[in-house]
Amino acid sequence: MPLLKIDNLSKSFGGLKAVSNLNIEINEGELIGLIGPNGAGKTTVFNLLTGVYDKTEGKITFQDKEVSGLKPYQVTHRGMARTFQNIRLFSDLSVIENVKIAYHQRSSYSLASALLRLPKYYLGEEEMQHKAMNLLKIFNLDDKAEETAKNLPYGEQRRLEIARALGTEPKLLLLDEPAAGMNPQETHDLMNLIRWIREEFKLTILLIEHDMSLVMGVCERIYVLDYGMIIAQGAPDEIKSNPKVIEAYLGEEVV
Amino acid sequence: MRNLFNRQNLVALLGIVLLYAVIQGLIVFDIMPPFYKLTLILICIYIILSTSLNLINGITGQFSIGHAGFMAVGAYISAIVTAIHHGPLLLGLLAGAIAAALAGLVVGLPTLRLNGDYLAIATLGFGEIVRIVFLNTEYVGGAAGFTLSSKITWTWAFVLMVLSVILMKNFVSSTHGRACISIRENEIAAESMGVNTTKYKVIAFTMGAFFAGLAGGIYANYMYIIQPMTFSFLKSFDILVMVVLGGLGSMTGGIVGAIVMTLASALLASVPEWRLVITAVLLIAMMLFRPTGILGTKEFSLSFLGKKGDKNATSKN
Repeated sequence: MPLLKIDNLSKSFGGLKAVSNLNIEINEGELIGLIGPNGAGKTTVFNLLTGVYDKTEGKITFQDKEVSGLKPYQVTHRGMARTFQNIRLFSDLSVIENVKIAYHQRSSYSLASALLRLPKYYLGEEEMQHKAMNLLKIFNLDDKAEETAKNLPYGEQRRLEIARALGTEPKLLLLDEPAAGMNPQETHDLMNLIRWIREEFKLTILLIEHDMSLVMGVCERIYVLDYGMIIAQGAPDEIKSNPKVIEAYLGEEVV
Repeated sequence: MRNLFNRQNLVALLGIVLLYAVIQGLIVFDIMPPFYKLTLILICIYIILSTSLNLINGITGQFSIGHAGFMAVGAYISAIVTAIHHGPLLLGLLAGAIAAALAGLVVGLPTLRLNGDYLAIATLGFGEIVRIVFLNTEYVGGAAGFTLSSKITWTWAFVLMVLSVILMKNFVSSTHGRACISIRENEIAAESMGVNTTKYKVIAFTMGAFFAGLAGGIYANYMYIIQPMTFSFLKSFDILVMVVLGGLGSMTGGIVGAIVMTLASALLASVPEWRLVITAVLLIAMMLFRPTGILGTKEFSLSFLGKKGDKNATSKN
């Protein structure tokens, strides 16, 4: 049984069909790429998966349960977490607070314990601090834990966003253009990081990316989206030589 | 429990007790003129009001300007309990606060779907509706209002204020408070990090209303008389000014704002025609030179006292 199964998913905005008849299956532990030219509908797919948009037609099944129609926080609770194409950190909060908010949904103390400062509050906060620090250590951000998030360099903000998404303890991680705006060296490091977190956290990852070196380098399977439809899927090598993909990206081949 | 009694909390507690004892002493030995006492109790009331509004506007980032409405609910309900039914004061205050919280829940559930200006207009409307309802209810005296005996002493006002602030501060510095702050920072990201944004908006709104109702109850049971006009839009606006002046999003800022504004209006009581002009000029200057308020979103804290202890605690781990 696949971890995530998308059946005939469609989304229309008025007369515009942003996504039509999308079928994707992702098995546990896979690292899948979703690529396509600008405006192909990739981010719309993410928004549909995470409940930001409601689908027009179709069905999304995650861990054998239907998730379409759920609110974003419910989807996150089921074990799907995402990052954003345009970074959406809690920019005026400290780095560690950003991560702690992700741990909120698994927090172990009630509102009453918080108000009355019962021992459970201290235990819960200590545990959260501990978990958040560990996560920051993994992402090499622990020495900046108290720094305001918006003051981090761009690449570190991207890393923090991934760390924050992992804070929700997901099964499936959705990365929306994680390498956007990174230089080749940073992209290379990111590639290693993605591989590494998949092993370390036993994750399944679906990523949207424009940077072909990254996609071809880390993804095991790739779906190519154009005008809201899947035009090709397969291993990176197959995709590279697929005429339809080349046409979608570069126009028709000139002989 | 080791955490609860750290040096920082003990110093704060000592400061609070000292402050209380000094003022109580001045009152008991009749050294304090009545006008000063009035101002001090008003400061307590306004501190509760501004910190509770800060919970909604500053911490959760929802723009509400109907705080006087919740205050009115608390004031009238507690007055009905204590003056008409001769109930005990504490019961009256609690009843007022709970009634206000329920009003907050009822108003919050539908209106918190609105953002920014729309929420402001809806809460403004709510405040006016409350006022008009009391204005037209003969049971509570209509426009003339009704009189009750003054039962609130400095001790009541101070203790209730300290308790309220501690409860709200505990909320803000917990994971639940962080959830509210995340809504202010970025609602879309908050939701995708698993924060039930509607739930936390409603919690913050209801809590804010609860404490506004409590403050209203204290006000009613101190002032001898309550009238609908007291709880007009202008009152909401006064509270909002305190919050913005002190710093949206800073609990201690709300306290500073309340103290500064109440003192300013007390000091300028001798020149009533200039009072509003001077406060307005002050506020304009404030917006020009420090638009984030006196404290911004920062908190004044005694954490420098606890640092040594904290380090020891972490090294033990």
